[in-house]
Amino acid sequence: MRRLIALLPVGLFLVLAGYFAWSLRPGYDPHELPSAMIDREAPAFDLAALAGDGRIARDGLKGQPLVINFFASWCVPCRQEHPLLMRLAKQANVRLYGIAYKDKPEDSARFLSQLGDPYRGIGVDRDGRTGLDFGVYGVPETYVVDAAGHIRKRFVGPLTEAAVEKELLPLLRRLGGS
Amino acid sequence: MIVELGHFCLILALFVALIQSTVPLVGAARRHVGWMATGRTCAIAAFLLIALSMAALMHAYIVSDFSVVNVAENSHTDKPLLYKVSGVWGNHEGSMMLWVFMLSFCAAAVAVFSNNLPPALRARVLAVQGMIGVGFLLFILFTSNPFLRAVNPPANGHGLNPVLQDPGLAFHPPFLYLGYVGFSVAFAFAVAALIEGKVDAAWARWVRPWTLASWCALTIGIAMGSWWAYYTLGWGGWWFWDPVENASFMPWLVGTALIHSSIVVEKRDTLKTWTILLAIVTFSLSLVGTFLVRSGVLTSVHAFATDPARGTFILLLLLVAIGGSLALFAVRAPKLQGGGLFAPVSREGALVLNNLLLSCGCATVFLGTLYPLFLDAMDGPKLSVGFPFFNRTFVPLMAPMILAVGIGPMLAWKRGDLLGALQRLWVAYIVAALVTLAIFYVTYGGPVLAVLGIGIAVWLAAAVVTEWVERVGLFRISLADSFRRAIKLPRAAYGMSAAHFGLAVFVAGVSASAFSQEGIEVLKAGGSMKLASYEILLERVEKIPGPNFTADRATIRISSGGVAVATVYPERRFFPLQKQTTGETAIRTNLLADLYLALGEADAEGNWTVRAYWKPLVPWIWIGAAIMAFGGLVSLSDRRWRVGAAARARRSAVAAPAE
Repeated sequence: MRRLIALLPVGLFLVLAGYFAWSLRPGYDPHELPSAMIDREAPAFDLAALAGDGRIARDGLKGQPLVINFFASWCVPCRQEHPLLMRLAKQANVRLYGIAYKDKPEDSARFLSQLGDPYRGIGVDRDGRTGLDFGVYGVPETYVVDAAGHIRKRFVGPLTEAAVEKELLPLLRRLGGS
Repeated sequence: MIVELGHFCLILALFVALIQSTVPLVGAARRHVGWMATGRTCAIAAFLLIALSMAALMHAYIVSDFSVVNVAENSHTDKPLLYKVSGVWGNHEGSMMLWVFMLSFCAAAVAVFSNNLPPALRARVLAVQGMIGVGFLLFILFTSNPFLRAVNPPANGHGLNPVLQDPGLAFHPPFLYLGYVGFSVAFAFAVAALIEGKVDAAWARWVRPWTLASWCALTIGIAMGSWWAYYTLGWGGWWFWDPVENASFMPWLVGTALIHSSIVVEKRDTLKTWTILLAIVTFSLSLVGTFLVRSGVLTSVHAFATDPARGTFILLLLLVAIGGSLALFAVRAPKLQGGGLFAPVSREGALVLNNLLLSCGCATVFLGTLYPLFLDAMDGPKLSVGFPFFNRTFVPLMAPMILAVGIGPMLAWKRGDLLGALQRLWVAYIVAALVTLAIFYVTYGGPVLAVLGIGIAVWLAAAVVTEWVERVGLFRISLADSFRRAIKLPRAAYGMSAAHFGLAVFVAGVSASAFSQEGIEVLKAGGSMKLASYEILLERVEKIPGPNFTADRATIRISSGGVAVATVYPERRFFPLQKQTTGETAIRTNLLADLYLALGEADAEGNWTVRAYWKPLVPWIWIGAAIMAFGGLVSLSDRRWRVGAAARARRSAVAAPAE
């Protein structure tokens, strides 16, 4: 018995090492969405809007390509990404919507009043349900959804200048043209 | 040339470490005095070589030698000297250099201050440290060489991330790494004890000062990091449960358990297997943290350049170091002799409870940090774990622990009297109840849990004082006798009281943060806002030049009831090289509360966003941590580490020859 208990720590460690080895396999990137979600229909959501009494719902936004950004006032990288979103929102062809993930509405509102509001509309995902449906790994995350409502691209973590210029905008141009 | 010398020293250090990790080990097994002695020589030689190598790298930074890739990528000629020096460890390669430098420093310290140790134990401890050194030197030389030369050196460097251009960088990583790596000494002692198959009170006495010293360094390191985040990020937060923060917090939690459980080994010669395991786990968590931060497995705000090849290398290191030591544990631990028995309600029992709660606390942090990875591997949904998880799991675990901290020292060894201890704390209940009610009355309608948190903190502080009063017999015997007793009380006792008192101060600071107030307003020059009892007037904003940035500096006058309190100057700094803006907050503190001001962006009409926070008791978070670390240092100065250890060492060296 004593012997078995003494084996426990090394056993647990080997399991952990197995996970680590798995996470290091070539091609794994925690920033990538599993391919299963790509090109699937975006999960349905119908959220209260942060400002006013409106709703922000998937079906109401269909018809044109869409950029959905999950953010929260408590998230440090969101602040880092914010100026980029502000610039992005100024481009005519970008429909940028925000989802305030697990955040009190008053905190989200304050966050946006400090830094500026780049979104055309913001859904309040207080309990994180919609984030869960999308498979949000951590905030910020950004999704590109095409006119038919299919997820075409996912960005985990703060957007970078390069990601916007080389991936997001070209993708939107392609989606808008087709 | 100097750069090549540095590289050469590092390679030489690798070979010295190879000798250090093998020859003394064989010597200890064969009881060959000369072979055992090489451990000392090698440890000191390796330290000197690595120090030279570090100096060479630092020199390259100071003279801005951009033919070195590492310097070109992370430095710039316009950078102030302080950041040229501290920028050495502001990147992956350089911070690994700091890591091995600290490691070799610890090994050399063991070599110098180990005259008390039986030669065989010393040889084995140094050999284990040598092995860790070999692993990390190989890692640096093969995957993260900071001495790499560029074929076409650039005219100037890329500069250092502006966020890191802060005095915090000069102090936070060295203390943190000293703490992390310091636990390698406890680890080496544990492995050496397993090889010898003998753990006794003397062993605990040797290992405790090293553990305490690393714990102090880690406490200071973490507190500094948190303070740095608080004053630079500009929105008043001080802990974010970020994977990198958690990576430093986990060894701290288990290390705290270790300094407590090793007391039991020292005083009562029991809990040995558990203590050995804790010593292994503490350093293992430091290593796992290194892996998590640098392999890119988890996403974090602390950006290090990540590279899968490095991840694989560190994973191999983990397998050898952690897997190897735990396998040795599995083989040898069942053979360790158990020690004295004790009742569940006793000082030992309280320390076991403390250990259980701290270990569970560490397990929750571990789970929360790695949960996304585990779920992902099981093909589960991608989940995120943040503040809500930790607040709901970690905090409830720590609340009973704070109660245990107050009661534990009141219990006797072997068998304690819980009811008696609870009764003897009557003053603490009254003080805590009065303060709680008073705060509740003043803040009626505010957060109730925060009031309770402060109440618990007050109770703990009162319990710590009560314990001291009992020890010196104040109010029971004459004042003069009490005074004599107070002087004679060992420093370790004062250390404990101070550290526990620091915890109370810390808890009060954390709880009170629920009462903070904040205000954000868009102000024109001359405009003002109100926050708490303060009037905040934005007088003007002017452009000022800095060494490698330009800043918008606001002049803000704070007054309260018409009386001027202070004038502060928060800034927004723009670094043209990186095209990045950072905030420089202005904090006005009276040690009871902070008034925290940050300058936001300006709009086209010249209106400035000004953010102001009033944070009661927030400085106590760091004051509390500083008192904890101070307590550790006081305990470290106890004379029994110097006198007792030597006497015991001689005795046990005679009584028990190695092997």
